[in-house]
Amino acid sequence: MTARNIIVGLACIAIIVLAAMAWIVLGPGPMAFAPGSTVAIASAGSDPSGVPKELAGGDVIKRGEYLAHAADCLACHTGKDAQAYAGGFAFNLPMIGTIYSTNITPDKETGIGNYTDAQFLAAVHRGKRQDGQNLYPAMPYASYTYMTDADALAIKAYLFTLPAVHAPARANRLNFPFNQRALLTAWNMFFSPDTRFAVNAAQSPEWNRGAYLSEALGHCGECHTPRNLMYALDNRQKFAGALTAGWRAYNISADAKAGLGAWSDASLTSYLATGHAEGHGGAAGPMGEASDNSLTYLTAGDIHAMVVYLRSVPAAASNLPHVITVPAPASFREGVTAGLDKRGEKLFAGACASCHDWTGKGQLTTFATLTGARSVNDPSAVNVAQTVMNGIDRKTAAGNVFMPSFGNAYTNAEIAQLANYVTARFGPEGAHLTEKGVQSLRDQAAQR
Amino acid sequence: MVTLQINGQSQTIDATPDTPLLWALRDFLGLTGTKFGCGIAQCGACTVHMDGKAVRSCLLTIGSVGNRAITTIEAVGNTPNGAKVQKAWLDIEVVQCGYCQSGQIMSATALLNKTPHPQDADIDAAMAGNLCRCGTYTRIRQAIKNAAKA
Amino acid sequence: MIQNISTRRTFLKGSAAATATLSGGLMIGFAIPAGAQQTPKPTPYVLKPNAFIHIDADGKVAFQIPQEEMGQGVYTSLSQLLADELDVAFDQVTPLPAPPDDMIYGSPQRHRQSTGGSTSIRNFYTALRQVGASGRAMMVEAAARQWGVKPETLRTENGMVIDDAHGGRKLSYGALAPAAAKLDAPQNPTLKTDAQLKYIGKPMHRLDSPSKVNGSAQYGIDVRMDGLKVATLAASPVVGGKVDHVDDSKLKAMPGVQLVVLDDIVAVVATNFWAAKKGLDVVKITWDGGPNGHLDSKTLMAELRATAAKKGVTAAESGDADKALGKPGGPTRLDATYQVPFLAHAPMEPQNFTVHVKKDGTCEMWGGSQVQTTAWRAAATVLNIPPEKVTFHNFMLGGGFGRRLDVDMVVKATRIAQKVDGPVKVIWTREEDMQQDMYRPAYRNVMAATLTKDGMIDGWMHRIAGASVSARMSGKPPKDGLDKGSVDAATDNYYNAPNFRVEYIQAEPRAVNVGFWRGVAPNNTIFAIESLMDELAKKAGRDPVAFRLAHLDKTPRLKNALQIAARNAKWGEKMGPRIGKGVCAQWAFGTYIATICEAEVDTNGEVHVRKVHSVIDAGRIVNPDTLMAQVQGGITFGLTAALWGNITVEKGRVQQANFNNYRLMRINEAPDIQVEIVKSTEAPGGIGEPGCTAGPPSLVNAIAAATGVRLRELPIDRALLAGKSSV
Ligand code: FES
Ligand code: FES
Repeated sequence: MTARNIIVGLACIAIIVLAAMAWIVLGPGPMAFAPGSTVAIASAGSDPSGVPKELAGGDVIKRGEYLAHAADCLACHTGKDAQAYAGGFAFNLPMIGTIYSTNITPDKETGIGNYTDAQFLAAVHRGKRQDGQNLYPAMPYASYTYMTDADALAIKAYLFTLPAVHAPARANRLNFPFNQRALLTAWNMFFSPDTRFAVNAAQSPEWNRGAYLSEALGHCGECHTPRNLMYALDNRQKFAGALTAGWRAYNISADAKAGLGAWSDASLTSYLATGHAEGHGGAAGPMGEASDNSLTYLTAGDIHAMVVYLRSVPAAASNLPHVITVPAPASFREGVTAGLDKRGEKLFAGACASCHDWTGKGQLTTFATLTGARSVNDPSAVNVAQTVMNGIDRKTAAGNVFMPSFGNAYTNAEIAQLANYVTARFGPEGAHLTEKGVQSLRDQAAQR
Repeated sequence: MVTLQINGQSQTIDATPDTPLLWALRDFLGLTGTKFGCGIAQCGACTVHMDGKAVRSCLLTIGSVGNRAITTIEAVGNTPNGAKVQKAWLDIEVVQCGYCQSGQIMSATALLNKTPHPQDADIDAAMAGNLCRCGTYTRIRQAIKNAAKA
Repeated sequence: MIQNISTRRTFLKGSAAATATLSGGLMIGFAIPAGAQQTPKPTPYVLKPNAFIHIDADGKVAFQIPQEEMGQGVYTSLSQLLADELDVAFDQVTPLPAPPDDMIYGSPQRHRQSTGGSTSIRNFYTALRQVGASGRAMMVEAAARQWGVKPETLRTENGMVIDDAHGGRKLSYGALAPAAAKLDAPQNPTLKTDAQLKYIGKPMHRLDSPSKVNGSAQYGIDVRMDGLKVATLAASPVVGGKVDHVDDSKLKAMPGVQLVVLDDIVAVVATNFWAAKKGLDVVKITWDGGPNGHLDSKTLMAELRATAAKKGVTAAESGDADKALGKPGGPTRLDATYQVPFLAHAPMEPQNFTVHVKKDGTCEMWGGSQVQTTAWRAAATVLNIPPEKVTFHNFMLGGGFGRRLDVDMVVKATRIAQKVDGPVKVIWTREEDMQQDMYRPAYRNVMAATLTKDGMIDGWMHRIAGASVSARMSGKPPKDGLDKGSVDAATDNYYNAPNFRVEYIQAEPRAVNVGFWRGVAPNNTIFAIESLMDELAKKAGRDPVAFRLAHLDKTPRLKNALQIAARNAKWGEKMGPRIGKGVCAQWAFGTYIATICEAEVDTNGEVHVRKVHSVIDAGRIVNPDTLMAQVQGGITFGLTAALWGNITVEKGRVQQANFNNYRLMRINEAPDIQVEIVKSTEAPGGIGEPGCTAGPPSLVNAIAAATGVRLRELPIDRALLAGKSSV
């Protein structure tokens, strides 16, 4: 091989790498799918930011409270058994390590009590701490960046009315090289858009409001959009579903099979407003928290706007089988699980059948209906296993949704057996979770 | 005010619709044979029949029952299978402290209603939701088989 | 037909207030109140048939049963003792709970009303037969006087006195009762011979069963009365903690509920349980955990380990154990440490008590207790009134297992009732019941043994480290540092080791209240002994059953039971892969019991108990069917603990709350349990506990046989068993 060949070869490789990087880096923005050109809010005819009309007259703190709910600051900034907004929630990232959220109460020493408005905006829009250090993108600043200054500062005003809690940040446990915050500067160069929401004039005011709620505040994509190799959202597969914190965030694109395409507006509205929709199951885990801490506070108009926006996201296929919408047979002896491994059946008979029934449609409460629920229709059984381990304890407008947690008394093998049985009986295809798989799910969702 | 069909009678209860049937039975109607054990559908002590099927009354709100017929331990003996089960229970002395037994009998009767000649696997599937801390399981299994033969 | 036991309330009211209404009853002289004797003197037992037996004019017989019915069948078995000697038809008998009175209803041995430790039959076997016989003698005497004949010429049958010499004329007990009641009770009546017994030793049907299968049985939680309120409570989740702050803003929006805030308890009172529960759910309580608020299981167990490493006080000694044991590491010496965790009782009926603190300075209370007089005094102490001002209606228990030997639930309910106008039923949620238990102590057993050349035990040392329940209850440290309750069965040396020592060292856990639990100390000591026996057998290269039999010449009843058990269980038969049989032979509670458990361990380490055979020699038996039921139930209870039982603590709080994380065995996990009884005329032994203590060691030994893995800690660790198969 000649030196020239080598040089040409290397050059080709470099070009391919650069092109690949560019392709990744220059991926579309979260709202780029929608046709139409955008204009800055100030010069647009309508303003999709802020609070709904009902609250518009309220003081900045009331508005900030609504927006803080819509942005769901609480879920991530509250650790297990800790005080609200005092931080300590663990993000367990496979390979990378564990990142803990920080205290955003107005405590001057350990919270954000000393943040100026500009410093607060830098954190929300650009992921910069008060000391100029980079935040990890577990803080969804790549989404929050679309928030207006006024809204971000209203949230700040609200946070500053909270009781100050002295809670020093927990040290992250990150593997090299992820423990090098400086590296994030490079990441930010590529993936931090640092831009505010712009109105798409071709779309309706509802759509724009829905987009603002879903992207700038609700940051749906942070869980529901797959990430690329560089841990940035891959909007080419927008809302196609992803695994986050050991839970499956489902496909919420327009795909008819795997996404929301087959959902009625009423179902979608109900799910967003209460975290439950007849025939589709209910929210648990992180989505349960998003429901209870965030979505439940939104006005009907805002929920409607979100429905409009979500509906417009193009279908992104995911390879989930079709959803089974008919109940399983009334007897354990019938159905696809009849000859299956008896161990899952045994556990189901003891701990589950009382509520869920052998049909999957329990008589006690429709919250317990498994038929049609995405979790049992997902052959990875990720959310089935997580729900079995963690249970559900949600107080919703539609009633209390409760399922006991079994993770502390049942072994990984048992949880796997049960999840495999449940998906086989009530979904299109049984999972093949293993003891190790369950342990990994435990690790990813662990708060410790 | 919620109206329910209980043991063949229409009963109006001055309780909120979110009240579990268990507490409506016990605290409002004095039907204390139905027991509280866990409140989370894990023990079966609160089992009653709704249209002949065994259900856990601790998580069944009265607002959701509607017109469906509720039968409790106090009246299950008026049904042929209920009477058979109760007799089988007495014949081989299943009972110890007895606290779980209302629920056991309701579940066993519902099983016979559906499966007149249950095998061990049927008994496991129907009775696994009913805990007995006193450990009467060996006899429960036998009594159900005896009742099925009676 | 047995009367619904729920009629007890009327009976008790009648007996306390207006005896005259019980026409012709033998109830006169019924001694209420008599609990004034705070410290009972060891007086000789005085027969007072009047206090136990009540006969209606129509011949219906009611017995005041001194012991508590909690499923173990005392209503029936003690009635058998009385009815046999009194000579009445068994289907005319109604058992009723005796009111609190140590002098009359306490056992002849201890003069204290307490149902626990498998003592009911052991303590009352003779006494209640004497009471019955004495009552019968009074009937005969009354008839003799009426007819003007000699009592010796009369006989009795099924509640009738019969005069064969005069054409078989008859007088019913009902008709004789008023006259008989005025006679003095003979103190040394003749008891029946074994051949004359009609009920004792027979599988009589239980008297409490009919009401328990039709839902009419009344437990404490079923109490109802006019104006009754219902409360539920949250007590400090940390032992020694206090209420720090209560935010009841949301509760204020709920009509008709009352908030009660005490030092360490928050309760909501309403007209029904659901309203109270909903109310308590919206009250935001911040607790000050105090010094225990940071403790966790890791620390507690490390402390137990550290204490167990120290020398204890000697509880039993024979020969020269130190010399026989030699130094650790000796060729024939085996050192092993066995550990068991804290356990909750989890009776199916959650704790509850109904208390009415009245304006006139008296108090009435309803509920189930294993210690009637202690419960009754506990309420009086809270209210600072003499116990005579408290009326206690005792109810059947939906499970006791030792939980209701404590009276914390009485104290809490009474404290809440003080703040409530009218009667209030305080019901613990399951979560509260489980997290506010008095737990079976965690124990650690440090053991060592050596073998002789011919494979017999030479030296034996067993040190038990753990909490003293008696000390916790009495508030006084054990005398000379030795808690006899903790070393029970360990000190008996039933394998007859020639050089033998048992030590005890007190290890009180912080942040955990300990209590008596079914099987009591032997459910630790037998676990340790029987585990070590298996390990020694292995070391000696002997079969576990043969090894035990070789050591049982001085304990022939156990030897016999073990031989039968081995035969019944087909000990030694060939078994499939990953299946093993394990044995437990024990002498505890005056009873010999040999148990063989067959278990299968799958590749995930899940354990499936296939079958259990138990052979029991409990001496004279009152009701063999009840005995079998108790052994079956006890084994299930013990196996449940071995498989899953584990109470753990984090931040001073018990982590288990309900059956989702404190698992109980279900029917589809339960083995078939076969029990055989050895006929015997020896003194009766206890039956409530022995099955429970037999469960864990027989299972752990079966697992060792199936997998080669020796588990020295409970509950069984599935991870250790995963993938392992028999060696
Ligand atoms: S009380 Fe309903 S199942 Fe336990
Ligand atoms: S008989 Fe006591 S719990 Fe079943």
